[in-house]
Amino acid sequence: MALSREDLLEAYRRMKTIREFEERVHVEFAKGGIPGFVHLYAGEEASAAGVCMNLTDDDKIASTHRGHGHCIGKGVDVHGMMAEIFGKRTGTCRGKGGSMHIADLDTGMLGANGIVGGGPPLVCGAALAAKLKRTGGVAVAFFGDGASNQGTTFEAMNLATVWRLPAIFVAENNGYAEATAAKFSVSCEDISTRAAGFGMPGVTVDGHDFFAVYEAMREAVDRARNGGGPSLIEAKLDRFFGHFEGDNQNYRAPDEVKRIRAEKDCLQRFRARVASDIAAAELDAIDADVRKLIDDAVAQAIAAPDPLPEDLTTDVYIRY
Amino acid sequence: MARKILFQQAINEALDQEMARDSNVIVMGEDVIGGTGADGEMDAWGGVLGVTKGLYGKYGERIMDTPISESAFVGAAVGAAACGLRPVCELMFIDFLGVCFDQIYNQAAKFRYMFGGKAKTPIVIRTMIGAGFRAAAQHSQCLYPVFTHIPGLKVVIPSSPYEAKGLLIQAIRDDDPVIFCEHKALYAMEGEVPEESYTIPFGEANVVREGSDVTIVALARMVGFAEKAAAALAKDGISCEIIDPRTTSPLDEDTILESVENTGRLVVVDEASPRCGMAADIAALVAQKAFGALEAPIELVTPPHTPVPFSGVLEDLYIPGPARIEAAVRRIAEYA
Repeated sequence: MALSREDLLEAYRRMKTIREFEERVHVEFAKGGIPGFVHLYAGEEASAAGVCMNLTDDDKIASTHRGHGHCIGKGVDVHGMMAEIFGKRTGTCRGKGGSMHIADLDTGMLGANGIVGGGPPLVCGAALAAKLKRTGGVAVAFFGDGASNQGTTFEAMNLATVWRLPAIFVAENNGYAEATAAKFSVSCEDISTRAAGFGMPGVTVDGHDFFAVYEAMREAVDRARNGGGPSLIEAKLDRFFGHFEGDNQNYRAPDEVKRIRAEKDCLQRFRARVASDIAAAELDAIDADVRKLIDDAVAQAIAAPDPLPEDLTTDVYIRY
Repeated sequence: MARKILFQQAINEALDQEMARDSNVIVMGEDVIGGTGADGEMDAWGGVLGVTKGLYGKYGERIMDTPISESAFVGAAVGAAACGLRPVCELMFIDFLGVCFDQIYNQAAKFRYMFGGKAKTPIVIRTMIGAGFRAAAQHSQCLYPVFTHIPGLKVVIPSSPYEAKGLLIQAIRDDDPVIFCEHKALYAMEGEVPEESYTIPFGEANVVREGSDVTIVALARMVGFAEKAAAALAKDGISCEIIDPRTTSPLDEDTILESVENTGRLVVVDEASPRCGMAADIAALVAQKAFGALEAPIELVTPPHTPVPFSGVLEDLYIPGPARIEAAVRRIAEYA
């Protein structure tokens, strides 16, 4: 399936929404309005969009602690997300989850996850449900270079092959597991080469390039939907911010982030790639739309009510 | 006279009836079929002790052998539960839950709360507990207090074939994650079990024996031991009331407290380790909420705070038995 003009505009809108959302959370966090731990996805947008543009609401994803981009990519409402990050009662999870636990089962988003490597086993189950219920759906596990070293990830890849599940493992290798470099902590050059050991296809793509991610994902999704089993895609990319907000990033080279923003911005690359088909003004209009949307989401989140004291003890069980 | 079957047959029957009733119920675990991918027979084992035997022939792809990969398949069961299935996971020995603990206590247990009440994770993890098989420290533990500690999980501990079937059917139909603990020494226990499907609600203790002098709260295999002790004590005119909570989360506090209000004396018998165990928890409950009724110190009958030993001589010393329960009851019955 080739990308239509509408698809391209939609892909750009999702990437821009993620970027604007994250840049704004960075600002609001610094102002002190956002509690807790926040991990920003800015710089990695081409991965979330490239993957999720291949998915429908029936398909499932599991995310990571750096999950805002995956949520937006999968279609979770940004107003609910922003309110959740502010800890408000109107949030996606009614203020009980926060940045690290945004989930929206209605859009197939099985949750950001505070545990590195928590998602891949869950995705096996989502894929199993799709297989047994014959929905034709697929399930996608996003994980980072850090989680690529977790036993849960290895176990999930083995199980997915053994059960021939419609699962896709997307390793977002941003070069750092917290403050430790992937080139130290990952035992191989390309995480994708580990796929061979689990009997599944693996490919490494430039994660700054929406089209590269999209194409690799399209192939993997086709394989999964047609009963061909799981795949591993490694997207090599960069994060614009630190591991968490407040990270001074002194483990990174001086000017590293500046250089990445100048040379490897996936949005700029996307604009250049579509320049002959889509007028810059059309994309500028999307930029303005998105800015308004995020402004509104922040204003609403700030104005929204806190959870009520009685919310403390609800939703632990369905019945107890 | 109702039909009598074994504890392990009661579990098989519960699984069978629920799989027949609801096509969303699936079973997975190590060797729950046995023989997958091998050159010999399928359904070779039907579970390491034969509990799931016969289900493969009836339900085909809805029962699955897994790799020895607990994190993956327990996590998969959790993910599948969040996506509309009702997985029953067999995790052989509760001792093995350590390798996939995250999937249970950080994922399954917390989805509903973290996601603001929007998730439903109806998973059952069946697992064997208990000492007595010379199986040593890594195949004999009673770790249910660890799971009872975690908000979001329900913990079920049947003590008879009747309880096993009714509680397991309830567990499968329950929309919250359930840890279902089967004492391996009870598998061969025979008891009356109705052939039709039935449920036993969670959080409702069973008064196994009524009495007026001392309340004994006991779980799993300890219920039978308490009955033996009570029978011996009755000959000396000491009347024991035995309460089996059946589920430790939720816990039926009222039945325990009401009994102690009547007897004024409490013995708690628990095969789990003493520190932060169910015995300590129930003792604290009674001390807090029925202090005025107590006429004697609370007695706790538990193993020592050690791993389960291998040697038969040591293991027999380790497991609380009828004699220790009897002695504890006599101590507080005579307390002035």
